[in-house]
Amino acid sequence: MITVESLTKRYGGLTAVDHVSFTAQPGRVTGFLGPNGAGKSTAMRVMVGLTEATAGQATILGRRYTDLPNPGREVGVLLDASAQHAGRTGREILTIAAKTMGLPTSRVDEMLARVSLTDTEATRRVRNYSLGMRQRLGIATALLGDPEVLILDEPANGLDPAGIRWMRDLLRDFADAGGTVLLSSHLLHEIEAIADDIVVIGQGRIVAEGTIAELLASASTRVCAADVTALATALAAAGHEVTLTPDGAVQTDATPAAVGELALAARIALTELRASDGARLEEMFLELTADTQRESRLTDLEGAA
Amino acid sequence: MSTALLTPTEAPAAPRPRTAPAPIPFTRLVGVELRKMFDTRSGRWLLITIAALALVATAAVIAFAPAEFITFESFATAVGVPAGSLLPIVAILAVTSEWSQRTGLTSFTLVPRRGRVLGAKLVATVLVGVVVVPVMLAIGSLGNLLGAAIHGIDPVWDTSAQILAQNVAAFVLVMLIGFTLGVLIRNSPGAIVAYFVYSLVLPGLLAALAAFQEWFRDIHLWVDFNMASTVLYDEHPTGEQWAQLGVSGLIWLVIPLALGLWLVRRSEVK
Repeated sequence: MITVESLTKRYGGLTAVDHVSFTAQPGRVTGFLGPNGAGKSTAMRVMVGLTEATAGQATILGRRYTDLPNPGREVGVLLDASAQHAGRTGREILTIAAKTMGLPTSRVDEMLARVSLTDTEATRRVRNYSLGMRQRLGIATALLGDPEVLILDEPANGLDPAGIRWMRDLLRDFADAGGTVLLSSHLLHEIEAIADDIVVIGQGRIVAEGTIAELLASASTRVCAADVTALATALAAAGHEVTLTPDGAVQTDATPAAVGELALAARIALTELRASDGARLEEMFLELTADTQRESRLTDLEGAA
Repeated sequence: MSTALLTPTEAPAAPRPRTAPAPIPFTRLVGVELRKMFDTRSGRWLLITIAALALVATAAVIAFAPAEFITFESFATAVGVPAGSLLPIVAILAVTSEWSQRTGLTSFTLVPRRGRVLGAKLVATVLVGVVVVPVMLAIGSLGNLLGAAIHGIDPVWDTSAQILAQNVAAFVLVMLIGFTLGVLIRNSPGAIVAYFVYSLVLPGLLAALAAFQEWFRDIHLWVDFNMASTVLYDEHPTGEQWAQLGVSGLIWLVIPLALGLWLVRRSEVK
């Protein structure tokens, strides 16, 4: 369990993380989603004590990270797979971590097998590793101490599709066994595929959060009828918001069920009725990524949510 | 809102029962830091180079020194040159690689109290000095025996145990200077350059200043740690010389190290 409370980090005039609060629950994968430079990495560094917060705090398993007696045994951390001494072998890097945590070296072999690094690869220097191999090594380091919590910054970076699939299964199993997973990504579809809960961050602030179902669920219904005008009138009369789309359909905030009942009562034959595609999150995310009109767009979304 | 219906209803899996892990003992950290000093090519080659140069220096004394200079002191001085310039680099890299190679990201997440990591590095550095310098001196001793045999003379052991111990202390002090520069600068090339400025350029500057400025001449030995350290090669240092070593050490070692440690604890690890 990770609890982040009103976490703020300022660099001079720049606020990299702005009153961020959320909870990553055990048994669930929490996706930390945001465009590059949104403050994800800074927030994660604060969580593990590498960066001091300007205000607010983060606790992991109820304690501040820096107060954990042997953090590697409780929290697996991977912030940057490239941050390794290029002259060490993969095995040596794991051995150092195992020794620091007080684990037997047999654990190193277990982890190498777990992340599918072969003996030959493990005896090569990290200088010669691909980014994908470094990510696997980083995951192995994070899992080494059999932690309860995982904090991973962009772990899928550099992995091939099979590797991404492997990572997804691994994190799923970890969460299903009761572990807490917090992983960041700037790719929506990656988060969609793996996370149970999503925290969306932009410009250092949380702009949306909730379960994946909530966030991906449509906020509106698309409906077509033989008599569109009558349908629109009936919906408006029932107090729903109604917009006509250019292709002759009606877009409304009523649920499909409500629309169906209304249409039945008004004896209007429907030709199409469905929840609009869960485009809200993606749209919001695109808006976040684009620099223009960010503020106004976010206000709209917050009003709509 | 309708979307609430889509919220998954399964309860989170029960957390696995756990006991809090024991704290990491400091001795374990020292062991890990010692290992990290020599498990890379640069670390290993530095050590090999120090040993190889000690052998070369020993051979040079045997080959070129006249018989009256075949004494233990000559050999100890000769093997001291490579050790004196390279051991501080071992100390520097032990600290700076955490930043230059960015391993600090892992080291300081596994041990968030940075003072403990640096403390372990400090102890490891001193241990390396305390082990390597006697090994160098042992190489010198063998050279002395061999040289004496070649020249057909009795080996001359003209160095007291006290001087040997002081020798080791002198090497540890230069390593600590390297360590301090590493902590302050936190960048491998920068700290190495700073060390050579400190050990090669600074003494000349301070000596020149003392030669031309009367006011500085009086305090020179109190502020020049390099110079004050040479007392460790003397048989009978005076109380004033020890005091000068202490005062200049405070200026060049204790205060900068304290400042560096304070900065490291506050700095951001990226």
